[in-house]
Amino acid sequence: MAIQDSRADILGRIRRRLGRTAENAAAGRTALNAVLARRAQGPRPAVEGDLVARFCARAEALASTAEEVASMDEAPAAVVRYLAAHDLPRQAVAWPQLAGLDWAAAGLRTEGRPANGDDLVGITGVFCAVAETGSLVVLSGAGTPAANSLLPETHVALVPAARIVRGMEEAFDLVRAECGEPPRAVNFISGPSRTGDIEQTLVLGAHGPYRVHIVVVRQP
Amino acid sequence: MEIRSMHFKARASAAAVDRALQAKLTTAKALFVEGRRRAVADIDLEATREASKGIRDAGIADLDLWLERFEAEATRRGGRVLWARDGAEICRLVIDIARRHGVKKAIKSKSMLSEEAGLNAALEAAGVQPVETDLGEYILQINGNETPSHIIAPAIHKTREEVAALFERVHRRPRKREIGEMTREAREVLRAHFLSADMGISGGNFLVAETGSVALVTNEGNGRMVTTLPRVHVVITGVEKVIPTLEDLATLMRILPRSATGQTISNYFSLLTGVRRPGDTDGPEHLYFILVDNGRVDLLGGGFQDMLRCIRCAACMNHCPVYQTVGGHAYGWVYPGPMGAVLTPLFVGIENAIDLPHAATLCNQCGAVCPVKIPLPDLMRKLREAQVERGLRPRRERLALAAWSWLARHPALYGLAARIGARYLKWQAGGGERIRVMGMAPAWTAGRDFPAPEGRTFREQYAAGRRA
Ligand code: SF4
Repeated sequence: MAIQDSRADILGRIRRRLGRTAENAAAGRTALNAVLARRAQGPRPAVEGDLVARFCARAEALASTAEEVASMDEAPAAVVRYLAAHDLPRQAVAWPQLAGLDWAAAGLRTEGRPANGDDLVGITGVFCAVAETGSLVVLSGAGTPAANSLLPETHVALVPAARIVRGMEEAFDLVRAECGEPPRAVNFISGPSRTGDIEQTLVLGAHGPYRVHIVVVRQP
Repeated sequence: MEIRSMHFKARASAAAVDRALQAKLTTAKALFVEGRRRAVADIDLEATREASKGIRDAGIADLDLWLERFEAEATRRGGRVLWARDGAEICRLVIDIARRHGVKKAIKSKSMLSEEAGLNAALEAAGVQPVETDLGEYILQINGNETPSHIIAPAIHKTREEVAALFERVHRRPRKREIGEMTREAREVLRAHFLSADMGISGGNFLVAETGSVALVTNEGNGRMVTTLPRVHVVITGVEKVIPTLEDLATLMRILPRSATGQTISNYFSLLTGVRRPGDTDGPEHLYFILVDNGRVDLLGGGFQDMLRCIRCAACMNHCPVYQTVGGHAYGWVYPGPMGAVLTPLFVGIENAIDLPHAATLCNQCGAVCPVKIPLPDLMRKLREAQVERGLRPRRERLALAAWSWLARHPALYGLAARIGARYLKWQAGGGERIRVMGMAPAWTAGRDFPAPEGRTFREQYAAGRRA
């Protein structure tokens, strides 16, 4: 049987097993559209208090580090302080979207381009961040290459406080509201890359970053 | 993957006396069980399990319609949706895609379906180099394509010394002592593969019908690499993985990492939709979904449909006293533990996995932790019934049961037999409380003790009590 027939065969058997008929298919499709329109949420845990505090606490529990600065202008200096404190190179690849910040004045050489395998420090912004889990949400796109949060050993993320939302549901709502179409990749990043595959021993820095530093920016 | 599920008893007995394996299983148990217990404390566990079950049931109840919707949405965004009835078709489709795009090397993020299909061997035969990138899977691959023993911690049976020796031999670098150093070495070796591969192959944790997306969860970040760097991405996933909305995804993502590894959230969770957009600097130019039947469709509308809800979290095996004793290899195919004891006979044929539905104490630890409330012990019981109905049980067992049922219908004889039996067992125990080696069934007592009876049967004691 040709491979194109697999579709007809598989769907046909599913329909037979589910007792699908022309009539109940029409009703089923109406019900399906209703489910998609309703977008019912499941039970959700309480996320109380200040979203920024909750986000930072959760992120730190996932082995990220976090600090706050008052405004975006202060972010480059904070990044340099972090790199110096950890003896990391003062050279980074940043999202093209962040090219407007005065990195040079803070003493950091940056290039606004996608990261390659040799870049040691990657700087990104976020689309939003999730307080419930301490996750960064980054979207693929021309100004926000996905590789920058993935290939370098150190990932520094600038997170505007106003973009911290309660849960994953709110993050998806923001994607719908601001992008319409979902971008190619919506990535939730929750701490440095890790593995427990050898003797169940936790090791940070499996394939992605060894460390994630978060700079929360109070005023955008 | 070759099916070795007929040899469960032999493999289980060997595993049960393997001390090194026992130590590893004990650590893993403590980590996973404790981890899950802590991680579920901050959610309404029962409500979330009920909701998760509901979401999976909704997808399955109208599976044809949700799949059609998924296909339409995915196609609209540049994905190509293909269908495979079995492992052979999976291999054929992937090889076709590889040829079409001139692929020499494929990097893989963990996919159980690729194990079901034996895809790596097929790719190699077709001249495409497959590279497993999940650290555990990578270790197994370079060790002569060894098979996984756990669905989320595939190399759980390996010690650090074994891995160190393997790396030294395969990577030809000085031997490492620390697990951190070994991980770094694997990172360096695999990084080169990530950057040079033409194709990424991944499984999919969920398919979202609303947007035609695949949701993928990893901790190492290899899932992101595999789906970001190569120019072709192939998703291989079961037809049953479709869920309706992003809200449903959010709910399931609360329960999946908690149940699996005791994490509130996995490190990397990606929702992938369509191909690289104009202006994008990364992401695949070609995206294929291979939606697979391989035995799943036959479970629809029957007594085992509940099993289709499975989200492959591994909580059932992490909590199973039998898995904790024998490990994953004893189960002889892709899926170990209670979910494997149900899925393997259903996928490979009841007659090819006779022991598996019996590889459980029916204690229901698995059913109690399953995030989508699959009644695993009930399903194992149904499989046992099916074996009996089809006359698949061994002749000795059938004869023994026939003898027992005849005796049970003759109370006087039954009483006599029980009296003889009790005294025989007491004699076997030689005055002790346990029988270490039973004369009539030495194999049975090789891995366990049998409590010795006091000498008189319940009916004898009852009658004596009445007279007194
Ligand atoms: S049967 Fe339940 S507990 Fe076991 S892997 Fe599937 S979803 Fe998880």
